[in-house]
Amino acid sequence: MAIILNTLISLSLLGVVLAIILYFVAQKFKVYEDPRIDEVEEFTPGANCGGCGYPGCRGFAEACVKAETLDGIFCPAGGNEVMQNIAKVLGMTAAEKEPQIAVVRCNGSHEKREKTNIYDGPKSCAIESSLYTGDTACSYGCLGQGDCVEVCLFDAIYIDEESGLPLVDEEKCTACGACVKICPRSIIELRDKGKKNRRVYVSCMNKDKGAEARKICSVACIGCGKCIKACPFEAITLNNFIAYIDYEKCKLCRKCAQECPTGAILEINFPPRKEKEAIKEQETTEVDK
Amino acid sequence: MLKTFPKGGVHPNENKFSTGKPIERIDLPKQVYIPVAQHIGAPAEPIVVKGDMVKTGQLIAKSSGFVSANIHSSVSGKVVKIDKVSDSTGYKQTCIIIDVEGDEWIETIDRSETINDKIDNLTGEQIRNKIAESGIVGSGGATFPTHVKLSIPLGKTCEYLIINAVECEPYLTSDHQLMLEKAEEILIGCKLAQKVVGAKKILIGIENNKPDAISNMKTMAQKYKDIEVHALKVKYPQGAEKQLIKALTNREVPSGKLPIEVNCVVQNIGTTFAIYEAIQKNKPLFERVVSVTGKSISRPTNIMARIGTPINMLIEAVGGLPQDTGKIINGGPMMGKALNTVEVPVTKGTSGIVIIPEKYSTRPKSYNCIRCARCISVCPMGLEPYLLKNMSIVKMYEEMHKERALDCMECGSCSYTCPASIPLLDYIRLGKANINKILRSQKS
Repeated sequence: MAIILNTLISLSLLGVVLAIILYFVAQKFKVYEDPRIDEVEEFTPGANCGGCGYPGCRGFAEACVKAETLDGIFCPAGGNEVMQNIAKVLGMTAAEKEPQIAVVRCNGSHEKREKTNIYDGPKSCAIESSLYTGDTACSYGCLGQGDCVEVCLFDAIYIDEESGLPLVDEEKCTACGACVKICPRSIIELRDKGKKNRRVYVSCMNKDKGAEARKICSVACIGCGKCIKACPFEAITLNNFIAYIDYEKCKLCRKCAQECPTGAILEINFPPRKEKEAIKEQETTEVDK
Repeated sequence: MLKTFPKGGVHPNENKFSTGKPIERIDLPKQVYIPVAQHIGAPAEPIVVKGDMVKTGQLIAKSSGFVSANIHSSVSGKVVKIDKVSDSTGYKQTCIIIDVEGDEWIETIDRSETINDKIDNLTGEQIRNKIAESGIVGSGGATFPTHVKLSIPLGKTCEYLIINAVECEPYLTSDHQLMLEKAEEILIGCKLAQKVVGAKKILIGIENNKPDAISNMKTMAQKYKDIEVHALKVKYPQGAEKQLIKALTNREVPSGKLPIEVNCVVQNIGTTFAIYEAIQKNKPLFERVVSVTGKSISRPTNIMARIGTPINMLIEAVGGLPQDTGKIINGGPMMGKALNTVEVPVTKGTSGIVIIPEKYSTRPKSYNCIRCARCISVCPMGLEPYLLKNMSIVKMYEEMHKERALDCMECGSCSYTCPASIPLLDYIRLGKANINKILRSQKS
């Protein structure tokens, strides 16, 4: 009996003494952390996507707290809402940013861009593009192996089986930019979502001369410059035989898309155009004749 | 016991169909495409313009730095344009396009067949400058400018000049045939290279599957006291620099260092022939031997082709492309690359064109790794390919670098031997590219 009693007493004493020591040690070596970091982190999406440029959401929260203004700091995954919340916590103001979305600037689907060979290597765009130009003759376009799909943390991009091209899910895409960074051909770009989610952009990156590009792919930008003349807002520039529409200047008038002879300019989420349909129908009937 | 390197290696089927086929010449093409970047290093700068008339052997693009090489016209005719043309990978590259008119060589080239073995009148420095002038690059396939390789850094000495006549790649026979036909010239070329680097001895390594070449080289080399011809056990990749040094001298080049660290300089046998022609015959490098071979083609052979000849002309010369062709490989089947189109030109590094029937051309489906460690046992550099591949997939490039990924010379033994057909090399190559990118960004 005495043995049990002694054990109990000595162990409890030991526990108390050690607890006191631990308490003082913890006080002595305490690392002060701004409590606001936790508060800010609460508001972040917690996806750790790295789109902000900081290592994860915690790193982003630390950076927000440390920074004097929120200029240049933005959480693309959370968007304006998250930034406003963070600004409230920190007593700062966050500038509103236009919501953005990733767009794939290649429209060379299986039928529009013929395959010239068979690629049977590992399923990776990075590997395929380091070996050669890929299974089509176009050395600028999408390879369709899905490196962008793999890297997306939000399941917002997937390869469309019919066309072999990646499609972006507008609701899921947070414009974190992971796919932009991973694409070895640099064909993915972040663009403003636009009014009513409407966008107009050149869906081609082929820098070959017009005739060559046309031979490889029927929807290639051939650098003819017709869109530049058609644009009333000077939003289009032409470099290396590809036109580029500046989304900040574009007013979504769609005149360029109408002019484009190859259909390289895509218009997204617009109501169907009546005249164009009619013209197209005319053309097809003519061809049929 | 024949010499060889101790670690790893594989023995693929040799399939040397073009063995013993004399080197033939084919008709000149109507048009040649001469790329300005046929070597490792800075691309050469064109010095001709559209409309210029050039002669065979004339300098048309000048080297643009120390690690770069001159390019000479391989035909006579008119420069039609200088434009971007797809190369063997399909990517565009600047090419000088020449319409062929006749075959008029520049006067300084000695076109006689006589063998000139007088090498005493030149100093090493003069020989090296002449090599640089003649645009010679390593003809084994890596195309490193030869004058750079023959420059010994200060404080280092060269003891052995090692001549790589291993030709360990299956199918290829261009070096083999060169040794049978041009042994004397090759040996003079070796002596010239020896003079540049000041080596005490020349070691020529030949794999034992070429007995006729070994005996031919041995008899020819009797004239010279300091040339030794060694027969080596047949094992791939013996033609790799570090493996050949280990096999011949039993010295190990430290990781990340050059052969000069163990007092060796390695040259390809084709390069030594080019050196002979450049110094003794004044002929710059504008043609080379290419093996055009394959199981399915009717007449596999070795062709002396002008640089810039479209590859489809070589294939026409051996009886055309068979119906069932699945892949055309530029180089050997182990390290070569499949061609996208046959419209691409022969370059200084084209050692062979291998035509593979469709049946054998596709990769088998790959399965999961079962940790059998065969890739480890065949890796000649003692790496762990399965580990490097996994690291590459999860982007652990720094750890990959610590595992000496940059020592990998991409011989492909791991992918070749993998029972689950995992494309190990492709992933390792990707990892290496990313490591190099990281290292470059750290430097700047």
